[in-house]
Amino acid sequence: MLLALEDATVRFGGRAALDGVDLSVAEHEIVCVLGPSGSGKSTLLRVVAGLQHLDGGRVLLDGRDQAGVAAHKRGVGLMFQDHQLFPQRDVGGNVAFGLRMHGVSKGEQSERVGELLDLVGLPGAAGRAVAGLSGGEQQRVALARALAPRPRLLMLDEPLGQLDRSLRERLVVELRELFGRLGTTVLAVTHDQGEAFALADRVVVMRDGRIAQSGTPLEVWQRPADEFVARFLGFENVVEGTVAGEAADTPWGKVPVPEGASQGVRSLLVRPAGVRLVDAGLRCSVVARTFKGTHVAVRLRPEGDAPVLEAACALRAAPEVGDTVGVEFDAAEIVVLG
Amino acid sequence: MVLPVAFFGLFFAWPVAAIVARGLKADGSWQFGRITDVLAQSDIRHVLWFTTWQALASTALTLAVALPGAYVFARYDFPGKQILRAVVTVPFVLPTVVVGTAFLALVGRGGLLDELWGVRLDTTVWAILLAHVFFNYAVVVRTVGGLWGQMDPRQEEAARMLGASSWRAWRKVTLPALAPAVAAAALMVFLFTFTSFGVVQILGGPTFSTLEVEIYRQTSEIFDLGTAAVLTLVQFVAVGAILAVHAWTVRRRESVLRLVAPETTARRPRGAGQWALLAGVLATIAVLLVLPLAVLVQRSLDAPDFGYYRALTSADGGVFLVPPIEAIGNSLEYAVAATAIAVLIGGLAAAALTRRDAGRFVRGFDALLMLPLGVSAVTVGFGFLIALDEPPLDLRASWILVPLAQALVGVPFVVRTMLPVLRAVDQRLREAAAVLGASPWRVWREVDLPLVRRALLIAAGFAFAVSLGEFGATVFIARPDNPTLPVAVARLLGRAGDLNYGQAMALSTILMVVCAVALLVLERLRTDRTGEF
Repeated sequence: MLLALEDATVRFGGRAALDGVDLSVAEHEIVCVLGPSGSGKSTLLRVVAGLQHLDGGRVLLDGRDQAGVAAHKRGVGLMFQDHQLFPQRDVGGNVAFGLRMHGVSKGEQSERVGELLDLVGLPGAAGRAVAGLSGGEQQRVALARALAPRPRLLMLDEPLGQLDRSLRERLVVELRELFGRLGTTVLAVTHDQGEAFALADRVVVMRDGRIAQSGTPLEVWQRPADEFVARFLGFENVVEGTVAGEAADTPWGKVPVPEGASQGVRSLLVRPAGVRLVDAGLRCSVVARTFKGTHVAVRLRPEGDAPVLEAACALRAAPEVGDTVGVEFDAAEIVVLG
Repeated sequence: MVLPVAFFGLFFAWPVAAIVARGLKADGSWQFGRITDVLAQSDIRHVLWFTTWQALASTALTLAVALPGAYVFARYDFPGKQILRAVVTVPFVLPTVVVGTAFLALVGRGGLLDELWGVRLDTTVWAILLAHVFFNYAVVVRTVGGLWGQMDPRQEEAARMLGASSWRAWRKVTLPALAPAVAAAALMVFLFTFTSFGVVQILGGPTFSTLEVEIYRQTSEIFDLGTAAVLTLVQFVAVGAILAVHAWTVRRRESVLRLVAPETTARRPRGAGQWALLAGVLATIAVLLVLPLAVLVQRSLDAPDFGYYRALTSADGGVFLVPPIEAIGNSLEYAVAATAIAVLIGGLAAAALTRRDAGRFVRGFDALLMLPLGVSAVTVGFGFLIALDEPPLDLRASWILVPLAQALVGVPFVVRTMLPVLRAVDQRLREAAAVLGASPWRVWREVDLPLVRRALLIAAGFAFAVSLGEFGATVFIARPDNPTLPVAVARLLGRAGDLNYGQAMALSTILMVVCAVALLVLERLRTDRTGEF
């Protein structure tokens, strides 16, 4: 393992920002830590970088304990959330900074700076002042600067956080392609699930300083580990039910569950796509409909006091607000959590 | 951190401890009764009383004269404002000796007022008070006016829209926001005037004596080191108390204010009232700040063919072993050395204080650094005299003694100038450099230094001006054959005769010019390319 955290713990005052975290990152792997703000994900990066002191546990890089190794000797790269470009240096000076610190010769420096600026799509920008760069350009310079000294591990803190949506979507694809080409090992943190799923080989969901789930984007998306992860991923149809055989008893009535589901009282996730609008079944009134481009999200209030349901409907089939519809559930889109 | 602490331990704490021991220890045992003995003497009580009330009166007078000035500089736009702002600041960096001499030339025997109307103020307390106003005008204009100019006038306008009269809007909105700055400025002025030495020494004559002057007199004229030590302790306690109150008001001032660029709040005066106010402030500056310096220059030229200046080059006067002109060279050499020491120590201290993980000890050191500023130069000089004159550390014969003392006084200025700038540097910028492989030292060199270079230059300039004009400490320890400019001026003034008087005026003029030039260079540095960062 290139990076391993063992029982890493950091306390601020009485609160644990990291609470016994175990995490490992293999060479060439892209791991994305996903969590709401305050979940401890930035602290995780700072601990690995050596900018934050550990209150317990160990950080190992290439199997070597990093206790007592100063930040500048760890050979890891960190791209800060708001880039933190050096304001008094031009673009080239920023990118060359790490090379200079490592005693790379002048000629090699300028060669590598040119190479990196080409790589991030800013050819010939070495002489530009950083104050005059747009947000996206700053982000690229920060990336080039972090890549320049060839860190064994590149860490990204909310790499695309401050950029607008379309730029973000484009850059995340570029980043993944770039890291794949360079074989860079990456540990990134973000609060944006779309970004995490698009970028990562493996996603780690954090909650209150602990790891809630770890897996490939597909695994995490398909089988959220618990209600917190499901809700954090944006799923709202989570309800408690009693699973017996291939059906569960829920406030929404009998709901079919996949074969082999764990039995007993469980949290159930019903994906919006698993909520089918039919003539029979659970009677619901439509309280809102939101156009989502590829489909329409419909909010349904069932009769009685059962929780509100979200359904995804095809554009043409979507009912109007105020309509009364019937609901059936599709076992393939239902997950029995934890 | 180690170097500044060692520096202060060796050159401040130890000398102060030596003073304490000298004052309170006799035959190896502590004699605390001596404190009450000294304080019971009626002439000492008189000195204490005078020190306090003249400081209060000076502070009140300075505020009364300078607050309208602060307002005019903050809110009015008029031609020549930039130059005038620099002119107003010149007195603050002028050596006290120059200030004293200038006022002597204005209101003393044979001074301008004496010639015109036969008025002499140098035997009254008014000369001292006026000189203190002269000296501290800039403190109020800069501290209060600086904030005032950055306060958003729309806040007052908002109050007006809610139905407040303009006077009420000012009283309820602007004044409360301004009050901590006024308090801080007042405390600074009080501190400076409470520990006033050069001005009182020259203008006070035998009648008026502050604590500081009395300490000097007890040491160098009466040779009563015990009394001097007790007085030093009294002053130490008083200054500590003032600084504590000052630190408290400064903290309160850090409440969140909406600040705007000063250029946007100033406008041309409108109506007779505002023009009259502007005229009044300009007249005050002309009479109080410019006139004394002009008279000083005029007096120094009051002999045919620059006679006084030429006299400076000969040793015939008999006051010194060397021609007085050599004092210029001495002063410059000492000031350069002192500046180098002050910038090194102050820079290291400021860097240590900026660290986010700075513990309580380090933060306490912050307050400690301010002490030499207030604890009076005479204390420092006296402490050097009795602490560093015997093995293991005998620096009495070494030229470095004078720059060391001057650096001690200069360090607080360096720290004060550097600290806000260093604190403004984003910690994550340093972290970014560290992650890219920069060691802590390189982080400082690569990240902090480029950002604070200008502050460093300004700090160096301040330290230079302070060293150049330093009088209280230097007068104790400068050797007779190596006088600095202020010491030479004071010694010339102590002698009778027109030639000595004229030479003092001439030397003071030279000193004033050097300091003013240093300040003007600083002002340029301060305003140049402000948009860079």
